[in-house]
Amino acid sequence: MVSVLDRKLLRDLVRIWAQALAVALVLSAGVATWILSVGAYRSLDETRTAYYERNVFADVFAQATRAPRRIIDRIALVPGVAQAEGRIVQYALLDLPQLLEPASGLIVSLPDQGEGLLNRLRVRSGRLPLAGARYEVAISQSFADKHGFRPGATFEAILRGRKRALQVVGIALSPEFVYAVGPGDFVPDDRRFGILWMSQSAVEAAFDLEGAINNVTARLHRSASEAEVIRLIDDVLGPYGGRGAYGRRDQFSHAFLDAELGQLAAMQRILPPIFLVVTAFLINMILSRLITLEREQIGLLKALGYGAVAIGTHYMKLVAVIALIGCAIGFALGTWLGYLLTKMFGDFFHFPFLVFATRPDIYVTSAAVALGAALLGASHAVWGAVRLPPAVAMRPPAPPMYRKLFSGSLAQRFTPTQLTMMVGRHILRRPVRALSTSFGVSLSVAVLMTSLFGFGAVETMIDISFFQLERQDATVSFNEELPARAIYDVRALPGVLVAEPFRNVAVRLHAGHRRRTAQIVGKARHNNLSRIVDLNLDPVPLPETGMAVTEKLADLLQVRRGDLVWVELLEGTRGWAHVPVTEIFQSYMGLSVFMDIDELNALAGEGDVITGAHLSLDDAAAGSFFTVVKSTPALSSIGLLKLALTNFRATMAENIVFMTTVYSALGLIIAFGVIYNSARIQLSERGRELASLRVLGFTRGEVARVLNGELFVLSILGIPIGWALGYLLTWVLIQGFESELYRVPFVVLRSTYAYAALVVLAAFAISIAIVRRRINRLDLIEVLKTRE
Amino acid sequence: MRERIFEASGLTKVYRTGDVEVFALRGVDLVLSAGEMMVLLGPSGSGKSTFLNIVGGLDRPTEGHVLFRGRDLVGLSERELTLYRRNHVGFVFQFYNLVPSLTALENVALVTEISAEPMPPAEALALVGLEARQDHFPAQLSGGEQQRVAIARAVAKRPEVLLCDEPTGALDSTFGVIVLEALMRVNQELGTTTAIITHNVAIKDIAHRVCYFADGRIVSDTVNETRVEPKDVTW
Ligand SMILES: Nc1ncnc2c1ncn2[C@@H]1O[C@H](COP(=O)(O)OP(=O)(O)OP(=O)(O)O)[C@@H](O)[C@H]1O
Ligand SMILES: [Mg+2]
Repeated sequence: MVSVLDRKLLRDLVRIWAQALAVALVLSAGVATWILSVGAYRSLDETRTAYYERNVFADVFAQATRAPRRIIDRIALVPGVAQAEGRIVQYALLDLPQLLEPASGLIVSLPDQGEGLLNRLRVRSGRLPLAGARYEVAISQSFADKHGFRPGATFEAILRGRKRALQVVGIALSPEFVYAVGPGDFVPDDRRFGILWMSQSAVEAAFDLEGAINNVTARLHRSASEAEVIRLIDDVLGPYGGRGAYGRRDQFSHAFLDAELGQLAAMQRILPPIFLVVTAFLINMILSRLITLEREQIGLLKALGYGAVAIGTHYMKLVAVIALIGCAIGFALGTWLGYLLTKMFGDFFHFPFLVFATRPDIYVTSAAVALGAALLGASHAVWGAVRLPPAVAMRPPAPPMYRKLFSGSLAQRFTPTQLTMMVGRHILRRPVRALSTSFGVSLSVAVLMTSLFGFGAVETMIDISFFQLERQDATVSFNEELPARAIYDVRALPGVLVAEPFRNVAVRLHAGHRRRTAQIVGKARHNNLSRIVDLNLDPVPLPETGMAVTEKLADLLQVRRGDLVWVELLEGTRGWAHVPVTEIFQSYMGLSVFMDIDELNALAGEGDVITGAHLSLDDAAAGSFFTVVKSTPALSSIGLLKLALTNFRATMAENIVFMTTVYSALGLIIAFGVIYNSARIQLSERGRELASLRVLGFTRGEVARVLNGELFVLSILGIPIGWALGYLLTWVLIQGFESELYRVPFVVLRSTYAYAALVVLAAFAISIAIVRRRINRLDLIEVLKTRE
Repeated sequence: MRERIFEASGLTKVYRTGDVEVFALRGVDLVLSAGEMMVLLGPSGSGKSTFLNIVGGLDRPTEGHVLFRGRDLVGLSERELTLYRRNHVGFVFQFYNLVPSLTALENVALVTEISAEPMPPAEALALVGLEARQDHFPAQLSGGEQQRVAIARAVAKRPEVLLCDEPTGALDSTFGVIVLEALMRVNQELGTTTAIITHNVAIKDIAHRVCYFADGRIVSDTVNETRVEPKDVTW
């Protein structure tokens, strides 16, 4: 048999269904965020792991100039190496008919026999090139998608200065190129960069590398020491122009993916707790007011002989039911959104499959936290009500004391209408409570700002570090080091206005037992195009001697200004030298080292050479510039950063729009939960007063204004508080965002502030529209029959 | 013959809750003339409040018509009824229904702000003898004082009619008399047509006219030959 109290519980639920639902929705937003972000992060992380495992993604990578094929047997014998594979990897310029500017391809050789040991391809359509087929290529899927290439399509590539038509026979994915970034670009541009897999013997022929390889990848035993293996591989490859082996963390695709997942990880660590704390607070606020309204009933129950425990349990049950409804909605919503998000990122990364990680633990934890928050929030109010002696509880609370708002001359000059006065006095009567409404609103503003920031952050970073800092139109890289005077040839190319040379040298930096593979970028003293700047975007002067390193790198090596670092050259003379760190600067870029180009050349000991140039182009002559570049054998690649960025933004835009929508919706729900519940509670408390106004001849609109006016003031007040809170939370979030690739700038855009405010206003509008229906239905006669 | 302010004919009100029908009014005909003061008496549940609420534009009859100065209230829209209350009717209720967050003066001003030719709020308070308490909030006033504020609020807009539902119901005789005096004064000085519901038979003597309600009908309608001053009424 259902007890009478339980029947009361059900009726109460039905009676306050709208408010209960609003509370449940707030709670569900918290739970959904948890499940959504943890679920999506885990799914993507596990997908990546599975992808890497199934396709045997290598652990160590090394590039050399030219090594005999049999060297691979020696590398396979290196202790710790489980499998090793040799191949040829070479950049080539592509001439795509639809594209004015030249594109680049990374040609990767495939073994002539068998599937290969490492970095196995996942063929999406067609087949892999046949052994020795000189004109057959398999291309990366994103590149194919962008150009609409299907098996059978052809395009031209410039291999060692010779133009050759290649036929697409297959489209494939590789764990090695989840992010495929062209030389000189920093972000993927699938239009201008693709991976081209060709048969080993075909590549050998095309690049005059018969019987040779220039790239080694290896998988390690679980127990192997990566650093040790790298050292040994370097010893083997050294004589063949080895440029220093590196692990996954320095493999670009992996590092970028890692940074991306790292951001998701940071968000899943930081956002759900914020959402849940916020919801706990709101539930506390809302339920305590709801229960305060029940005060007389509680008194009555006690007078009838119900014990404190029975009554307390009764109300806790009510709260638990609401919380469970919220959890159920949150589960469904979070699972669904998590699925969408995973799928979206999966598509974005071109994962060949997705692993949906749906373990029960996130559901259990989030439900436990949500339920706990709700019960904790309510227990205070329930306890307060249960403790009152029944006689006191049954009496309405003591009549409210109001104060005059203005006095003296101010009262004479400023004469608000009586309705305005009602708004003002009501707020001031219980300022703490009024402020808690504002605080609730501010929390939703803060949550919105924090979540919106996260998704715009990378874009902001890119925008700042490239659009504002790097001013070159194009970056050309040479096949090999060229004498410094080559810059004059570059300047003579059509359309080139300014050309600034640079030289990159692969090195390993040693400081104590710490070491780190890096590239020293040598720049000319007076640089205008590609500058070095700090976090304030102020130029960092190139030191006369020694190296300028980013703070991030200095931290990793634990060096300070003036310290000497052992520089191991990984190319050319392969010598060692002591170089002082003369400048440490903060940068949005992760690990960078800069030197004066002449200093660097002296260090490298190969004479005055350059490896490429940053260019400023005359837009009008860009066409002829590109035409010449396409037929210049000395150029291995051209980076068009701005173009890459524009394209990258378009790709990111979709993700950002989706995430913004999801989190705005969740923020909106929270703001709505607060404002709507405040409105409803006010309406229950002041229904009598408002109905009296209607009796006196005030219209529904005028009566609504009394209520809305107060809510509006409180909502508006919450916005700036929320901005401040959001700023703080964003700062917390950003601490989790740093990766070795880049630092996310702490810049909260004005549009973010505005957007968060707009969402609150929308929640306000929705709330008052719903409450308005109740105001319209106020029973005028009822209030006349009963005493307050 | 004086102008007819209200003319009710065949007023019926039925409340339906599920299968149960409650007849609150079963065909009431009544005419109220300008300047008249009428007392409505009758047992609990006889339909007095229902009648007054319909006449005051707070409720609608199930059947029948109420003409206010020849204009039928039945068929007015919600908004028109609101304006009718705002411009023509003053209400006084048993439970005062003052706005707790406004002072006595402001409670009166609440109404004068939205009416066409109000008297100054202070003057209305003076009419009920509360000029000294104008800055006090309802919580700082006694029940009788609150009721007088309610009367001041009702009359401050110079309504044509003043409808009072048990204005002294919550008050003892001393305070009740002061309230009645205020109502009498308004009726005499401003000529406001006044209808007063009461359970207090003694009060009937202050009116021009007395109506008895029973079971949703008017069972008697008599005119007092002589009126008694409120101060001579006791209960
Ligand atoms: N909302 C309602 N639903 C159902 N019945 C109602 C409702 N309002 C009033 N009634 C019924 O209508 C009848 C008349 O009620 P009304 O309030 O007019 O009586 P009254 O004469 O004012 O009584 P009292 O002197 O006790 O105030 C009563 O029987 C009452 O129960
Ligand atoms: Mg009544």
